[in-house]
Amino acid sequence: MKNSDGARFASKWQIIACVVGGLLFLVHMASAQTPTESDAEQVRRGEYLARAGNCMGCHTARGGEPYAGGRKLNTPFGEFITSNITPDNETGIGRWNSEDFWQALHHGKSKDGRYLYPAFPYTEYTKVTRPDADAIFAYLRSLPPVVQTNPPHKINSPYDNQTLLFLWRKWYFKEGVYQPDKSKSDEWNRGNYLVQGLGHCNACHMPRNVWGASQDDKLSGSKIVGTYWYAPSLISPLEAGVGEWSIEDIVELLSTGINGHAVTSGPMATIVRQSLQYLSVEDMRSIAVYLQSLGEKQDRTQAPRKARKMPEQVRQYLALGEAVYEKHCQDCHGKSGEGVQGIYPPLAGNRNVTMNPPLNTIRSVLYGGYPPATVGNPRPYGMPPYQHFIRDIEIAQVVSYIRNAWGNIGSLVSSEDVDNSRGNEF
Amino acid sequence: MKFFAFILLAMVTGLASAVEPTSSEIPDTLEERVKPCIICHRDADLIDRDAYFPRIAGKPAGYLYNQLRNFRDGRRFYQPMAILLENMSDEYMQEIAVYFASLPYAYPEPVVPALSSAEKESVETLLYSGDPERDLPACSACHGEALLGIQPAIPGLLGLPHAYLAAQFGGWRNGGIMRGQIPDCMSEVAKKMTQEEVNALALWLPGLPVSGQPAGAEALAPELAQRCRTILSVKEASR
Repeated sequence: MKNSDGARFASKWQIIACVVGGLLFLVHMASAQTPTESDAEQVRRGEYLARAGNCMGCHTARGGEPYAGGRKLNTPFGEFITSNITPDNETGIGRWNSEDFWQALHHGKSKDGRYLYPAFPYTEYTKVTRPDADAIFAYLRSLPPVVQTNPPHKINSPYDNQTLLFLWRKWYFKEGVYQPDKSKSDEWNRGNYLVQGLGHCNACHMPRNVWGASQDDKLSGSKIVGTYWYAPSLISPLEAGVGEWSIEDIVELLSTGINGHAVTSGPMATIVRQSLQYLSVEDMRSIAVYLQSLGEKQDRTQAPRKARKMPEQVRQYLALGEAVYEKHCQDCHGKSGEGVQGIYPPLAGNRNVTMNPPLNTIRSVLYGGYPPATVGNPRPYGMPPYQHFIRDIEIAQVVSYIRNAWGNIGSLVSSEDVDNSRGNEF
Repeated sequence: MKFFAFILLAMVTGLASAVEPTSSEIPDTLEERVKPCIICHRDADLIDRDAYFPRIAGKPAGYLYNQLRNFRDGRRFYQPMAILLENMSDEYMQEIAVYFASLPYAYPEPVVPALSSAEKESVETLLYSGDPERDLPACSACHGEALLGIQPAIPGLLGLPHAYLAAQFGGWRNGGIMRGQIPDCMSEVAKKMTQEEVNALALWLPGLPVSGQPAGAEALAPELAQRCRTILSVKEASR
């Protein structure tokens, strides 16, 4: 009997232990569901988000201290100098609190109440949520303070007028945190948030009017302000729309800088190096899902575009280009422009080659370049700069040739086009 | 049966080679990867003696690596290099520097310029004695007795085109080459030289015969090591 008493006693305690244990477990579960983020976790999340927003890209001068600003941004409205966002009290944002930071990111107003110029993309950052903004701020606060006074902006009259800026904001600035579209998947919404918000892809890929404001909300391609690069449309199947690409191909291009049929160059290569290669696989997939949904499909109901019969003069021009191609380009890009997968991009069927304007292709010939060195592609092969070796007219001929060879169809390029593509932001 | 197996095998291998892109023809080497570099920095025999582009083969690896970093990070300004290196990592640039440092020298035959005896004397003094009154060290005090550089970070002065040397002196004297590296001893030295000395030296150096020996490893005088510390340090690759 004692035994059974003992057993009953034991089972009673077992039950209590189980109940308490179960309660503890539930409490634990509850706390896991509404986590209170530790400071260290918040800083780590902020660091990741700052990468996703590539804050460093603008707020670091070439070879300068990270986040200490001083980079020049040339625009038609004047020269903007990015600010020091390290937590130095005098020259940085050391005296800011998270409310000040939110005011800048979300409302586009500085700590002192002045309106910020939209060279700082608050027009996109306004979509960022408060917890994300606070995490980025916590991360910036954790950086070593750098004492660096940057020169003031040199804004052309009349754009230096705050009243005009006020009007600009009234007209063009839509304030508000990103609102998920309930009819779409979580993945799609996350991608939209990253592309249209933190990632501020709009800043380059969206057309702007004469006042520097976006003309619509579509990523339909634009010449990048202050540079000699064209940011292609992310919608059109004739440019960089990825409506017909697989998710894997999109992720590979954006996280390594290269895939089987495309390569990033110019400012996009820099974005991949500075920002996208560090994003999680999940976030890259979300971005890909969203971008894929933006991309329009080629209209296959229409008869395929056919090359018109070329006048003799044009044929001769292209033949000259072909000779240049055979001499300088063929070794890497192949006799039929087929390229080498993952090493040298194909030119046949390459939309970057045929797209208008031909700016990016001309620049690649003039200046050459390497795809970004990334974790996924740490030792890229590169393109030689030909500016000292081929005359402008020959570059015009060879670019015209590759735009019209192997089934490609594109407008002809003149030596004036080549000369107009020269220049850089350094 | 064997015949069928053969046909099948031929089909499969044929298919495999059709699917496999031509990448097998692209060697997985640094030589292939640095094609963009050698369009300008070619073997000396391919290049006109007065061409602007300097030889980089056989220069000390630390020197080459520092210059790659300087170009990429805006401390040394030359637009074509800045664009080419924009998205390079430190690790990759270090690998490329070591590769070029390991390449054999291919010096052009020296052509002795027509300098007056006074000019020759002034050049010889600069090269091997310097001018203490102007606080000008001898070139050989840093660039080695043989003027072939000192490991790991000081370049040799021989086998370089006149146009390149003249442009570099111009850049140092006007503060145009090294930006932000303070103190920069070469800029300081170049500013103390007269224009006549600079002209004579830039003509004379390409005329000196090259032994083909690599850069030496002798130690710099402590005073010079201190004066040129920004040039001498080779930062670990990290990025």
